Amino acid sequence: MSPEGSHNTAGATDASGLLRPGHTLGTVTDKISSIVLGRGTTKGWLFGFAIAFALLMLLMVAVTYLLVVGVGIWGINIPISWGFAIVNFVWWIGIGHAGTLISAILLLLKQKWRTSINRFAEAMTLFAVACAGTFPLLHLGRPWLAYWLGPYPNPMGTWPQFRSPLVWDVFAVSTYLTVSLLFWFVGLIPDLATLRDRARSRAAQVVYGIFAMGWRGSAVHWHRYEIASLLLAGLATPLVVSVHTVVSFDFAVSQLPGWHTTIFPPYFVAGAIYSGFAMVMTLAIPIRKYYGLEDFITMRHLGNMAKVMLATGLIVAYGYMMETFMAFYSGNPFDKFSILNRMTGPYAPFYWLLILCNIAIPQLLWSPRFRQSVPALFVISLIVNVGMWLERFVIVVISLHRDFLPSSWGTYIPTRWDWATYAGTIGLFLTLLYLFIRFLPVISIYEMRGLVEETQEGQKAT
Amino acid sequence: MAQIFHHSTNLISRLSIYGGVFILALLSYALYTIGMSPWYTDVNVAREQPVPFSHKHHVGELGIDCRYCHTSVEKSSFAGVPPTQTCMTCHSQIWTNAAMLEPVRASYRDDKSISWTRVNALPDFVYFDHSIHVHKGIGCTTCHGEIAAMPITWRANTLYMSWCLDCHRAPENYVRKREDVFKPDYVPPANQAELGAKLVQEYKIQKLTNCSTCHR
Repeated sequence: MSPEGSHNTAGATDASGLLRPGHTLGTVTDKISSIVLGRGTTKGWLFGFAIAFALLMLLMVAVTYLLVVGVGIWGINIPISWGFAIVNFVWWIGIGHAGTLISAILLLLKQKWRTSINRFAEAMTLFAVACAGTFPLLHLGRPWLAYWLGPYPNPMGTWPQFRSPLVWDVFAVSTYLTVSLLFWFVGLIPDLATLRDRARSRAAQVVYGIFAMGWRGSAVHWHRYEIASLLLAGLATPLVVSVHTVVSFDFAVSQLPGWHTTIFPPYFVAGAIYSGFAMVMTLAIPIRKYYGLEDFITMRHLGNMAKVMLATGLIVAYGYMMETFMAFYSGNPFDKFSILNRMTGPYAPFYWLLILCNIAIPQLLWSPRFRQSVPALFVISLIVNVGMWLERFVIVVISLHRDFLPSSWGTYIPTRWDWATYAGTIGLFLTLLYLFIRFLPVISIYEMRGLVEETQEGQKAT
Repeated sequence: MAQIFHHSTNLISRLSIYGGVFILALLSYALYTIGMSPWYTDVNVAREQPVPFSHKHHVGELGIDCRYCHTSVEKSSFAGVPPTQTCMTCHSQIWTNAAMLEPVRASYRDDKSISWTRVNALPDFVYFDHSIHVHKGIGCTTCHGEIAAMPITWRANTLYMSWCLDCHRAPENYVRKREDVFKPDYVPPANQAELGAKLVQEYKIQKLTNCSTCHR
């Protein structure tokens, strides 16, 4: 996000290919705000929202049944006491990291190609973190006592167990949720003011007006706004690395073979960015198609996202290789067995499917032909989403089901309630996303306006 | 373009945003105070009983020792609630026709226990042993309050884990000499710190704060 009308491109990427030439400040604003104010509720949106809402209702049913009967309705047992709940928790949190990276890190690095994707990527982060947050609460035996995890003056006279990564998670995830929410909201303020000024009904005017916090677009407002954005970006940047590191500690800090490895923090963070960008891609492609936003979300954006996916995918591949190498290099028979069990044991098909989805297929992205093909990118991004879910499944379930003592070995078979809760959270995510698309600008209007002058200059120069 | 909001919203928004912190603090304080109040904890709330037994009369005025009725306190985890026979040791001779004591006589006649309402109780997941506490110099009134002043019995303390830990973490603040344990009118001396430190050593009192001490 650069100040409007700024000519300072030193150190920043050039704006070519980020906005189709021919747009003016007015057309950019019209195009994006018309999705919210101009169209009303379309049949297509309603259809998609209905499906999302139905899945959300499935979540309500699954959660109610869980609260009444208990976690026994899931397939968890001893030794696999962590099943889908934790797999899904890590999957959703990982997805959220791309939004923060795009909003915060790419902002600090002055990468202009973040402009059209950062708003809905950040929204995706918020909704993903919301979905993720349900699982640590639900997987507790008594979710209504979840507040016991917090450090408040309690009648027990004790603090929570600060040595446990499960408690660190509480702080990490709630910090992440708070900062992401603040960052997203502050970023929305100028656009909410645009919508307030263009609102057709009094109700829309009042609602957008309240959330626009009295934004006038004056020089003073913009000045303060720039500073606030940079500060929030600085605050959010370490979170991209720290939150998933803390989540990886849930595993790395334990003694379980397959979990107790120092590669986990960087490997998890890279995996998070990998799955996050895959999800951004999965969302960007239908949104730009259905709402005709190809002028704003261009092939350059999709190409760059594909490159980030490829790079993080390679880091994840390195992680897998190191896990395998260290297991044998260590000479520890339990570590060796845990890796061999992944590759040849009862859950082996999941492991090899994982390698196919996460490592083999995304290598296609080396080829510019695949990076420039929108259908190919969509399919590959879906495959990576599946692959990253499988990775968490492999890590959680396969390491747990066969650990040190053979007499304790077991099998995990997910029940219909496991699947229902998972599908339900997808419903929650999509419901929030659909509401976001309907009522808020999916692309950052003022940031796109900032690109107009530069693309015009580029056009004049040629 | 006309203003959407009245200019008072400038003040209201500033007050609510800056005041939000104070509102949160106030709410937390309110919650905490309500949570620790007798309304929630039932501390000092007299409990209704089938017979209005007065510890004030029997202990305070007549001077009966705690162990006369609560017989197993020195040997067992449970201090013991007296059988009707204990009441009848006196009340077969005095107040034999008092209307108030009819349920006692009926219980003795029909061989049916009196259903006393339990005043001091810990949850089932807590292991508590009276005998060790008594043996190590913790007085009855330290935990059960000024029993000799209770016309009807109430619970004098929250019995919260934090309350137990207060003493377990610093027993020297509460310990008495063994001969003073059953004194209902005992007041800790001015030199409790000194006395306490000496007794902790003498009675070999450990600061037992391990979870499995009580959660077995």
